[in-house]
Amino acid sequence: MKENILVIHPRDNVAVALRTLAAEEPATAKGIEGFSALEEIPASHKIALKDISAGEEIIKYGETVAVSTRNIKKGEWVHTHNLESQRWKK
Amino acid sequence: MSEITGYERKNGSLGIRNHVLVLPTVSCVGGVINRISREVPEALCVTHAHGCGRGGPRDLQILFRVLAGLVQNPNVGGVILIGLGCELSNTKNLSPLIKGAAKPLEIFNVQEDGGSLQTAKKAVAAARRMLAGISNQPRVPISWDNLLVSMECGGSDAMSGVTANVAMGAVADWLVEKGATVIFGENTEMIGTAHVLTRRAKNEQVARQIEEMIARAEKLTKDVMGNLSSVVISPGNMDGGMSTIAEKSMGCIVKGGTTAINQVVDYGEIPTEKGLILQDGPGYDGDSMAGLAASGSQIMFFSTGRGTPAGFPALPVIKVASNSRIYQAMNDDMDINAGSLVEGKPLGELRADMIDLMIRVIKGEKTKAEANGMDVFTFMTVHPPF
Repeated sequence: MKENILVIHPRDNVAVALRTLAAEEPATAKGIEGFSALEEIPASHKIALKDISAGEEIIKYGETVAVSTRNIKKGEWVHTHNLESQRWKK
Repeated sequence: MSEITGYERKNGSLGIRNHVLVLPTVSCVGGVINRISREVPEALCVTHAHGCGRGGPRDLQILFRVLAGLVQNPNVGGVILIGLGCELSNTKNLSPLIKGAAKPLEIFNVQEDGGSLQTAKKAVAAARRMLAGISNQPRVPISWDNLLVSMECGGSDAMSGVTANVAMGAVADWLVEKGATVIFGENTEMIGTAHVLTRRAKNEQVARQIEEMIARAEKLTKDVMGNLSSVVISPGNMDGGMSTIAEKSMGCIVKGGTTAINQVVDYGEIPTEKGLILQDGPGYDGDSMAGLAASGSQIMFFSTGRGTPAGFPALPVIKVASNSRIYQAMNDDMDINAGSLVEGKPLGELRADMIDLMIRVIKGEKTKAEANGMDVFTFMTVHPPF
């Protein structure tokens, strides 16, 4: 199946949607299969690659880019509604 | 046989182009440059908006460093300097700074050389002489450690930090491995990543410099923009999927790759170290490019997602589109389609294409911005004019 998400760094716990994924659509990247988007993921937005607990770091580019504010399930959309900046609070 | 070639300068620097640069010291003589440009299109005639009217020490430092830096850039084989006479950056003040350039140099001043028409006439003859004089200079084999490659991003979109900058970072790592020097600036786009960049600093001193540079950029942003400083991460960025300033900035700094940071240089300052270098310069594309060129960069990768055609005089700029749509829509301006990653092209293959193109450009093939004459020359100032 054609890849529809991109994992930038092996340490990352989120991937980038290469196009808008519909709810329940299977998400595929190199070496990653067998899970689906739990909700619509807009193009270029983040999808959780694993379950992330509240307060856990969001890793993209192999680096911490935010901290989750609640439990996030594998396949969920990850954005400003369930994370916060460690630096500049919204 | 070396895979890359260039032009040897008398001071040992190596260029990949052999331009005759016609440079004004001050905006007042811009019209003279335009006349010369019409007569000698083969010369690299540039104009700018500066040279006088600003007296602060920081603005003077930048003014002299950028003008002298462009003269000294290794891609410039000879220089026609056009002054006015009464300006701050007059040719008398500039001369000591460009002596070390060790390349053909002719100086004219409009107030001493008979006014604008006579000066243009003399400069046209000089430019033709200089072009004839350097046109037979042969290319010689050069090695990668002679190259300073700059990485720039502008007119970014949500995919810039996902495709184009990631691919440029992969090229940056390859270049450093080869012994080349890689430089990038845009300090406003490093805000939120001090913890990442300092960890990669080669020593404590460089780490401290990185920290201070980013803190200054953040303070300046907040001081100048006040309540609007939050637009550094804008609603548009967030619509594109970037959730925090750290995430947005990671997408920018990834264009420098992953190697150790060996030096932080000031705006337009020439690095003395090899490997990966950071420049303390602004994010605005034209100003940033001028700082990188004044630092001696001979070639640049420039990612864009919304699509900017801007190139830079004397510096071949390779435009990397972050998405296939803009690559098609602005095909005359784009050299590489990093949007191909989305269609399943492996990163390794895209990197190989970019390295292959870079080698061809180093050896003389024109980039789109070069062929189209999309040169933009402007540079940073810190205060308004008097």
